[in-house]
Amino acid sequence: MTSLTVEKPPPAEPEAPTRTKKSVARRLIPFGYLSPTIVLIVVLMVVPIIMVISYSFRDNVIVQENSVFAGFANYTDVLTDPDFVAALKNTFIFITVSMVAHLLLGLGFAMMLNSGMLSGVTKAIFRVVYVLPWLFTIAVIAVIWRLLLDPSGVINYVLQTLGIIQDGVNWLGDPGSALWVVTFVNIWSGYPFFMISLLAGLQGIPGELYEAASVDGANPWQKFWNVTIPQLRPVIISMAVLDLIWTSQQFALIWMMTGGGPLNSTEMLSTFTYKLAFSEYEFATASASAVIVLLLTMILAFFYVRQQRER
Amino acid sequence: MAIRKASRTRLIGALTAATVALALGACGGGDSDDVAADGSVTLEFAQWWAPELPAGSFDKIINEFQTANPNIKVKLLSGPYASTKQQLVTGAASKTLPDVVGLDGAWVNDFAKQGAIADLTELMGDANYDSSQLASQIQLEGKTYMIPVVNFVYPLFVNQDLLTKAGVDKVPSTRTEFSDAAKKITATGGNVKGWALPLDTAVPNGIQNDVMSWLWASGGSMLADGKPALTTPQVKSVVEYVKSLNDAGVIAEGSLTMKEQDKVEKFTTGQVGMMIDSLAHINLVKENAPNLKFAIAPVPAEDGFTGKRGIPYASWGIGVANSSKHKAEAFKLVQFLMDAKANAELATLANGFPGNKTAKPDFSKSDPMFEEAFKIYQEGFPANEFVGLPKSEDLMRSFDENLQLVLTGKQSVDDALSKSQDSWSSVIE
Repeated sequence: MTSLTVEKPPPAEPEAPTRTKKSVARRLIPFGYLSPTIVLIVVLMVVPIIMVISYSFRDNVIVQENSVFAGFANYTDVLTDPDFVAALKNTFIFITVSMVAHLLLGLGFAMMLNSGMLSGVTKAIFRVVYVLPWLFTIAVIAVIWRLLLDPSGVINYVLQTLGIIQDGVNWLGDPGSALWVVTFVNIWSGYPFFMISLLAGLQGIPGELYEAASVDGANPWQKFWNVTIPQLRPVIISMAVLDLIWTSQQFALIWMMTGGGPLNSTEMLSTFTYKLAFSEYEFATASASAVIVLLLTMILAFFYVRQQRER
Repeated sequence: MAIRKASRTRLIGALTAATVALALGACGGGDSDDVAADGSVTLEFAQWWAPELPAGSFDKIINEFQTANPNIKVKLLSGPYASTKQQLVTGAASKTLPDVVGLDGAWVNDFAKQGAIADLTELMGDANYDSSQLASQIQLEGKTYMIPVVNFVYPLFVNQDLLTKAGVDKVPSTRTEFSDAAKKITATGGNVKGWALPLDTAVPNGIQNDVMSWLWASGGSMLADGKPALTTPQVKSVVEYVKSLNDAGVIAEGSLTMKEQDKVEKFTTGQVGMMIDSLAHINLVKENAPNLKFAIAPVPAEDGFTGKRGIPYASWGIGVANSSKHKAEAFKLVQFLMDAKANAELATLANGFPGNKTAKPDFSKSDPMFEEAFKIYQEGFPANEFVGLPKSEDLMRSFDENLQLVLTGKQSVDDALSKSQDSWSSVIE
């Protein structure tokens, strides 16, 4: 016979308040861990953004002590300013052409580096050469290209020697060419990031998909269009949206190469806003312009986040 | 037991993180105490001068001040001109300017109107300072806000080799002579042009140094009773003259986006024969092109002009922050830098001219050209009408944009001047 000993349950304690306290403490613990980040985000992002938004609805901010509420007057001033419209148009051309060229160049070079036709050493050499523009800081890029593009610079010399042009071209000083030239320099400096990201994407495509396509009798173009592109689609979309956002914020390159000139032909939203703030001291109007840029960028960010969620 | 321990560890971790967060938050809110336990005061002095002087030389001058004033310490905040300007603009906006600030005359009006810089007339009175020794003071409504410490003049630089090659035997002194020399230099061929005109709009000081200098050299003015006067025959003749040089093809290519440093580079490499530039660049030109034979001369005036020539200048000015808690100590530093001995030393080091009339810069170790330039300076008068104007950079930019339209044939001279006049009138009330 076996005896079954049942332990007495512990006497019931009045636990309810303690449990509540514990669960509150437990719920607060994650916020405790997050607090340094939260403080930094609030101090460095939330507060400045709120301040800029509030400046944009006032007049005489910063430079005078008694600023007054101005409603949407600053927004009206900015949106009806022909220079702003020109800057908006230039920025649109600059970011879309840059993004498309980044994508095409990046994909082309990535496919070349991923191809089985080149030896390992050749690939390594090309990899270093192709990534070089990405290693220079914007200031260095601006100085190098200003020197190269000078009317008496290397580029005109080479083109004249080859007989492609007769007289030296005024690349940055001509209002007709300046925007395309700064866009070209931006493309040159930014394609390696696309290339590296797309190369990583290409290397992640399973070989079996290409084998199956070969069995089905697909030619190289069909493999590219029906296997490579669909597989890279998420990377391409993410990179394209991010590139539009980053390029729209490009300031240093434009400022150091042309300053928005000649005759506003390279004026971007970033240089337009900077001039309003630090040259005209119109901080309220500059804030309104900055808020408009923020809203435009948020539209792009919305598409990026939605695309990331879908993944 | 183990669970309880883990939970306690989590709680401690979270509390530590929260403490760090509080500490982070507190960092921005604290008011640093700049009075030490021994009663000594630390002054912050923001300027762009130290990087432009021989290494360590400005620290030496400041050390002399600290030795003479053991209860005042000076913390130098040195940076390039452009970043110093940005730092001061944001500091002025947030009322956190350093105690003593290096100033450009073009910023004074805006900073004074914001109440960011102190009235030096009052500080001079408090310190019983004799201001008669100062060469100039930058004033607004009768109150001094900036004292020029060192002045840099902008004469005409001429490449003598190119001039000789072009068959010109005399450094141009009038507009006709200049135009003639520029054409002859350009005619020598090989990508060489007569003159460099930097009109980049990012830093539009080409309007002040390279365009309005022609006006001031002939005794002209762009203001009348403190208001813009850009439609006068004098200003029109300058713009028409610049346009005539452009039409004649004697201006170096790329002038619409050319920066000041490009101008110096083109002169140094013999790509242009003449430029109007800061005297401070003599050493730079000589370092980069030791064999270049060049001379300096006053900016050419209108034919037949016999009056005193205005010579453009820029200054290293000094001011005191209105928010400084140690204005008296800050003014002691100003007083020291304006003292005849220290001011002469600083002017010698900077290759500029002293802001104290009694200071005698030592030219014995300098290039003989500085002595030559000092003569030009003394024979004429320092002229820079942008000093003290509100939003002066913006004024230069709007004039620049209109001038660019003239040079590209998209606007007449009259329209350009009339639009510039309207634009300036909305700023200078």
